[in-house]
Amino acid sequence: MSRVRTFLLAVLFLCVFCLPLFSATQEFLSVQVKEGQMRSTPSFLGSVMASLAYGDRVELIEDKGAWKRVAIRGGKIKGWVHMSALSTKKIALRAGTADVQTRATSSELALAGKGFNAKVEAEFKNKNKNIDYTWVDRMEMLAVKPDQMHAFLKQGQVNPPEGVAP
Amino acid sequence: MKRDSLILFLLLPASLVICGCQTMLTATEKVTTQAESIGMIHPSYAQAIKKSTGAVSKSIEEFTPEQEYYIGRSVAAVILTKYQPYTNQPANQYLNLLGQTLAQASDMPEIFRGYRFLVLNSDEINAFATPGGQIFVTRGLLRCCRNEDAVAAVLAHEIGHIQLKHGIQAIKKARITDALTTIAAESARALAPNEVAMLTETFGGAIMDITTTLINNGYSRSFEYEADNAAQTILRRLGYDPNGLVEMLMVMGKNLKSGESGFAKTHPAPQDRIDEIQQKLGIKYSRVRTPDARQARFTKAVGKI
Repeated sequence: MSRVRTFLLAVLFLCVFCLPLFSATQEFLSVQVKEGQMRSTPSFLGSVMASLAYGDRVELIEDKGAWKRVAIRGGKIKGWVHMSALSTKKIALRAGTADVQTRATSSELALAGKGFNAKVEAEFKNKNKNIDYTWVDRMEMLAVKPDQMHAFLKQGQVNPPEGVAP
Repeated sequence: MKRDSLILFLLLPASLVICGCQTMLTATEKVTTQAESIGMIHPSYAQAIKKSTGAVSKSIEEFTPEQEYYIGRSVAAVILTKYQPYTNQPANQYLNLLGQTLAQASDMPEIFRGYRFLVLNSDEINAFATPGGQIFVTRGLLRCCRNEDAVAAVLAHEIGHIQLKHGIQAIKKARITDALTTIAAESARALAPNEVAMLTETFGGAIMDITTTLINNGYSRSFEYEADNAAQTILRRLGYDPNGLVEMLMVMGKNLKSGESGFAKTHPAPQDRIDEIQQKLGIKYSRVRTPDARQARFTKAVGKI
């Protein structure tokens, strides 16, 4: 009798602790970079199939190391995104909105444009007139597209070994 | 009844493991709070437990990638007040093609506005990486490279510093606390003008901490070895020869003059780094052989820099 009671107690205990795990069927992540890349395979060699914008919410479908398979547009598009582009926090794009004040605590929320931002940079520039940002801005224009990278590897006969890609 | 309690006691940690780390963190917090409220443990001890369980997850998330980007921009601007850019377009284009491709194979391929590379017009042997992804390499350092695999090693080492958040760690702890306290207040409302001024002051301090470390003091030896280690991983993933780094360090050992500023002052001696790479990573040196096409584009872009 006592053994049955112990067993039932144990089952009950496991259920209580594991319930949140099963009830949370949908998990969402936020894009924390200006332009996130969604790839066809969980590798930097996978072709880029979509671009994600800062603050976009994506639904987590599968976890594979550093790569997360996610869905966008209500599950219409699915692909792989590197975890460095994603945050578990909800990202609010503007500070001081009603949404920010009522819905989430600071540990659940990251504010876009919060803290060290363009405004702080402008103030800093104002106080340090000798610091010149001309070339910092010019560097931003030196972006390389994914197809240029593939062509660069091919042209230089740089062959990523199988199974090593992260 | 006693046995029931014992089983429950044993089941608690097991179920916590099943529920995953995140839940465990929350559960630990809940249990600690309960223990504190019924007087089982002293409040200060309870605080310590909460702090230590949260420390790992919080420390990584101190600044958002967007904030690291803005820190990086100003660090880059300060570096460019001390060093002139080398405005040779083919050289900079080559560095960006190679560098941005390498960054894709790193453990942190995505940062706020991506990685950018620029050659500095200086004979000094030096390189810098900002937390925002701006990477600078001097002509002097590029002259230590005899092939693309060596340039790849230099850039991968700098990407390693960013991936491992070494720049951010150069900011004084008190300053980080100051900044995060002000920033936390912002989640509820916009910052008041005096708070913006305070934040700007902290920002200026953080920029100074990082640039002083990068330009004058250098990182610790262990950070340099960690970056070399990360570089090896990146090189391997792409298919570059890991000996590219060893070969570059060999030339650097010859080119470095003692008492010179830059790498001689801020980095471990090239031979020490070679020893560390060969011992820890088990690389046996053999001469780097690169295909003709790769060597040709290297020579054309930076071979005579």
